Amino acid sequence: MSKFAKKKDGDLPAVSTASLPDIVFMLLFFFMTVTVMKDSSLKVENVLPNASEIKKLEKKDRVIYIYVGKPTQEYEKVFGTEPKIQLNDKFAKPAEVGDYILGERAKKAQELQNVLTTALKVDKNANMGLISDIKHELRKVNALKVNYTTYEGDAFRNIQ
Amino acid sequence: MSRVKMPEVNAGSMADIAFLLLIFFLVTTVIETDVGMNRLLPSKETSPPVKHNDRNVFPILINKNGEIFVKDDIVELKKIRLLATAFLDNGGAEKSSKGYCGYCRGDRSSFSSDNPDQAIITLKNDRETKYEHYIAVQNELVGAYNDLRNRESKLLYSESYTQMEGEYDNPKTSAKRKTELKARIKRVREMFPLKLIEETN
Repeated sequence: MSKFAKKKDGDLPAVSTASLPDIVFMLLFFFMTVTVMKDSSLKVENVLPNASEIKKLEKKDRVIYIYVGKPTQEYEKVFGTEPKIQLNDKFAKPAEVGDYILGERAKKAQELQNVLTTALKVDKNANMGLISDIKHELRKVNALKVNYTTYEGDAFRNIQ
Repeated sequence: MSRVKMPEVNAGSMADIAFLLLIFFLVTTVIETDVGMNRLLPSKETSPPVKHNDRNVFPILINKNGEIFVKDDIVELKKIRLLATAFLDNGGAEKSSKGYCGYCRGDRSSFSSDNPDQAIITLKNDRETKYEHYIAVQNELVGAYNDLRNRESKLLYSESYTQMEGEYDNPKTSAKRKTELKARIKRVREMFPLKLIEETN
């Protein structure tokens, strides 16, 4: 009789999966805290340029978004490959920007209407002609506060 | 004393439920960037043109190939910040004259700006200029202003300008501190007012 009973060969203990829910919950909470709900699906390519001299955009309720970029692949056939403006969920001409801003402004609370910022989310390959058209429209409706939304990074990477 | 043993709840499916939730959040949410450069567009009513001396204007042009010109010379992007800083900080006005800039530390050359208040940067671009090139140059120009403002702000309040701005924008800052910051920011901004004119050909 041996003191140490010999274990049977080839009988591996099962890996405990008891902590699996904890791990998944951890991931879940991570994603719940760092992400926000999609408000409009993007129909344009939207790779923002890099900049280093940036400020954080506080107070989301005071921001109106305008997206600019090349239509994504599924819309390429209908709308072509030239950069387009996206307002809410549809493509728009530069002339429609003014009305859109006025409409969005009217939806906000009275006390916020004078402090709104327009965030321009422009693809880095868009051309300036379109941007200056937008800026011209914004000036017409007196929406002068503009935020060029960018990624935080080295601006020299924009010019290779 | 008898004790009824409670049956244990099977937690085996907890992982599945959590996965389901996780996948739902992965699909319906996005990680958004909420940083950028704030600018103020000029208002619709244009004031009558004011004549400026050539030496007080720093003209920059970005063409459609992303080449940057300063006064007809091609310049690398890396040099823009230095050139703009030197131009703004020049303080070329005579010591006896009214526009003399006491805090400027530039070369005081008579071919560059008189004082920061007079110094104007004009940024021109073609319609085909790429947005990323425009942002890169904008970034350098804002950087030049921020560098100078930080310098003066540190001398006056031993706190950098960008830090003060960040604290002012932070909603957690108290109202008392905000009024103090507002006055300081205004003072520093007046020392180096942002005068940037944009134009698209």
